[in-house]
Amino acid sequence: MTSQVSSPAEQADEAVVGEQRKEAGAKDVRRLDRVIIRFAGDSGDGMQLTGDRFTSETASFGNDLSTLPNFPAEIRAPAGTLPGVSSFQLHFADHDILTPGDAPNVLVAMNPAALAANIADLPRGAEIIVNTDEFTKRAMQKVGYAASPLEDGSLDGYSLHPVPLTTLTVEALKDFDLSRKEAERSKNMFALGLLSWMYHRPTEGTEKFLRTKFAKKPQIAEANLAAYRAGWNFGETTEDFAVSYEIAPATKAFPVGTYRNISGNLALSYGLVTASRQADLPLFLGSYPITPASDILHELSRHKNFGVRTFQAEDEIAGIGAALGAAFGGSLAVTTTSGPGVALKSETIGLAVSLELPLLVIDIQRGGPSTGLPTKTEQADLLQAMFGRNGEAPVPIVAPRTPADCFDAALEAARIALTYRTPVMLLSDGYLANGSEPWRIPELDELPDLTVQFTQGPNHTLDDGTEVFWPYKRDPQTLARPWAVPGTPGLEHRIGGIEKEDGTGNISYAPANHDFMVRTRQAKIDGIDVPDVEVDDPHEARTLVLGWGSTYGPITAAVRRLRTAGESIAQAHLRHLNPFPRNLGTVLKAYDKVVIPEMNLGQLATLVRAKYLVDAHSYNQVNGMPFKAEQLATALKEAIDG
Amino acid sequence: MAETSTEGTGTIEALQLVPKAEGRQSMKDFKSDQEVRWCPGCGDYAILAAVQGFMPELGLAKENIVFVSGIGCSSRFPYYMNTYGMHSIHGRAPAIATGLAASRRDLSVWVVTGDGDALSIGGNHLIHALRRNVNLKILLFNNRIYGLTKGQYSPTSEVGKITKSTPMGSLDAPFNPVSLAIGAEASFVARTVDSDRKHLTSVLREAAAHPGTALVEIYQNCNIFNDGAFDVLKDRQQAQEAVIRLEHGQPIRFGTDLSKGVVRDPATGDLKVVPVTPSNESQIVVHDAHSASPTTAFALSRLADPDTLHHTPIGVFRSVDRPVYDTQMADQLDAAIEQNGKGDLGALLAGGDTWTVVG
Repeated sequence: MTSQVSSPAEQADEAVVGEQRKEAGAKDVRRLDRVIIRFAGDSGDGMQLTGDRFTSETASFGNDLSTLPNFPAEIRAPAGTLPGVSSFQLHFADHDILTPGDAPNVLVAMNPAALAANIADLPRGAEIIVNTDEFTKRAMQKVGYAASPLEDGSLDGYSLHPVPLTTLTVEALKDFDLSRKEAERSKNMFALGLLSWMYHRPTEGTEKFLRTKFAKKPQIAEANLAAYRAGWNFGETTEDFAVSYEIAPATKAFPVGTYRNISGNLALSYGLVTASRQADLPLFLGSYPITPASDILHELSRHKNFGVRTFQAEDEIAGIGAALGAAFGGSLAVTTTSGPGVALKSETIGLAVSLELPLLVIDIQRGGPSTGLPTKTEQADLLQAMFGRNGEAPVPIVAPRTPADCFDAALEAARIALTYRTPVMLLSDGYLANGSEPWRIPELDELPDLTVQFTQGPNHTLDDGTEVFWPYKRDPQTLARPWAVPGTPGLEHRIGGIEKEDGTGNISYAPANHDFMVRTRQAKIDGIDVPDVEVDDPHEARTLVLGWGSTYGPITAAVRRLRTAGESIAQAHLRHLNPFPRNLGTVLKAYDKVVIPEMNLGQLATLVRAKYLVDAHSYNQVNGMPFKAEQLATALKEAIDG
Repeated sequence: MAETSTEGTGTIEALQLVPKAEGRQSMKDFKSDQEVRWCPGCGDYAILAAVQGFMPELGLAKENIVFVSGIGCSSRFPYYMNTYGMHSIHGRAPAIATGLAASRRDLSVWVVTGDGDALSIGGNHLIHALRRNVNLKILLFNNRIYGLTKGQYSPTSEVGKITKSTPMGSLDAPFNPVSLAIGAEASFVARTVDSDRKHLTSVLREAAAHPGTALVEIYQNCNIFNDGAFDVLKDRQQAQEAVIRLEHGQPIRFGTDLSKGVVRDPATGDLKVVPVTPSNESQIVVHDAHSASPTTAFALSRLADPDTLHHTPIGVFRSVDRPVYDTQMADQLDAAIEQNGKGDLGALLAGGDTWTVVG
């Protein structure tokens, strides 16, 4: 009865690999190459946890995967309403994949609101598992269902599995000394058990997780385990679920190594701890809680045994201020925030430009302007990062492209900050921050050496032969100034936000000196050594698609689709937004057409057009969600043909 | 002159991690080579001289001393000290100094700020530094006017002040910085006056010895835009009646022949000034800077008339031991190592759930 097929793939793979196995007395087992599942429910239903657990099971099984958590900014919006729906989408496969997938093959809807909010994203034929217990008249009316969608034929084109999840969960837990309400709370684990059975997921990880999470409440741990197992057994025994699916591990997709699943914010946190180790400098984080960056503060505060100091400041300004103070003292200093926080920090970033101290400013972008869409993704802070300060205050910008890449991007931002003694902006976003994917754990000896030398003695000889320390005497190669930290005898000096005389660093209002210093600060940033941008162009295409940041997955998926369909298109993706790679101008001019998809109204396109006089075309989406591969492929096809 | 007590604070604890100077130091060692650019006659000169004169007494390695300032006339101070220094941005010095002090416990960190810098644009950072009790010494130069922007009223200006921005008189009620600090859980709060070098130095001495955040309000004359603002406290004759010198452990008396005293009003519990008589002499409040409760210190801070400055207490209002933020932060790091061992990067990156792909 189930008609699940592999929908048009990112790489337009063959449709489902229909190999069936049937052991005597057992149910059908079908093999799929990939599946997209979306768990959806009320904010309080535990959908994020359910998705996280399914993801961990899938990761440990060895599939490639990509996730898209999607939740409201309210902690608990009114129960059963559309604004309260929280969902978690997971795409997993036996091969290399790039996005959380455009359209789910399977929707788990814990209530009518979850069904109503997500049904439009489902292709016909998709499987829908609904918790029928929640489809009461009142609950359905709340989201505008006049008649039950489970009965009025509106879901005829789908493969519907009506399951009384709540009743079954309560029944499974009847031997526990729990109130009905308490027992009901385990229904997400029942759903997880059912889906785990459907997709042959390993269960040890979740069982261990539940025992650890509820170590202090063994009864709750056992109840959740019982619900989880009941869900599994329900799948195995009930006739409604006639088929289960196997998705083989993606062994060929991965280079040799040890892997784990990792989210962008976790990878970024690890990148910062690692940078501190590789630089042999203590890590100091000054931060103020803000979505979607707070998880970095939470994570780093757990690693005090690495010498990590985390400071939850009274506001965004104090967060970066404290970090800058720590940088003056010789720490690897970091502040983490989102767009509204960057706005508040901009004066201090300007001070850091003037002081020429290393400082990492991590912006996990979200929908704007103002408070905007706190839990949704966007790339609209690029121009803020580039220009959002008074005066000529250039700041290098780096951007990670995938969740796991946040680790490398943090190391790269640290390299630039420490080498060039400058604040560096790192632009991640909500999609990367909360999304996850497999990550090859690096060997420690592969990590870059980031060690720095503090200045220990005088660096200048006056005409009379006196040896002195000049805080603004630069390294001729990098134009970086010396980093002399308090506690170093003989190098006492004062720095500040007032213009400084070249060399001595003393206050100077001299016109020629200011002109020189402005140009020198700019030249230092322009001269940062960044690798050339690589172009993927196997067919000598005439059209180039250029991206930056988290659009890497959808753009690459779209490019694969086009190439599979016989189109020629070249792709390049920027890690460095300031300065641009040296070869970027040449690359852009080699193509007849340049298309730049962005989750903003064309900010990279603006920079590229201004700098290279290239007629780059923007393709934009600012709806708080990542691009879908199908949609991008269509847009790129139009560009190729147009 | 009040020699305020150092009992209960302990020089050693506040500065024990800061390396000592090798040789004897003099005031000259703390003068930088930069030309001082305050207006001739500015009260800042006197404060600078007092600080430079006091520093050798601490005997700290001067490379381990840092002055951090915000923006305003007073905030030029670090340029003139031959120590490490940072002239930062408006209002943010306490935040910057917090990061420095919290990450470098071997430093003696001083913040120099003004009434506009600390109480207006930087008010938030000031109160949070005080409640955290970071090891910072904050010198708040209060001249009750904006000097560097040429004479607008400040958050400590008296109501009705005629300035360029308030031609019909200012409307806002002023802050009392000492009251504010006590309300913000400050563990050390003192007030002194620019021209009284001996008193200023004695207060600096106690502030330096205090473990945690010390706020020292220094009344400072701006002879250009608010000249004579504190004359009532400086004129020998007027000061007799206007100034209340606080000395820990001493009855709070002032005036000609100490004829006035501070007593508690039994009806309200508040403090008030009364003529001392043989019958009420025993009821004069004895100043206890180390009292766990801030109530009396706060009541003392309210005695001063915000307009006339009559009955202005100077000296150390409050000096109590409270856990120091940077010490506790370091303790947590040590505890984390004790509990979990020194961080193992390989183990951190690997985490719990891994799988291996072999060729």
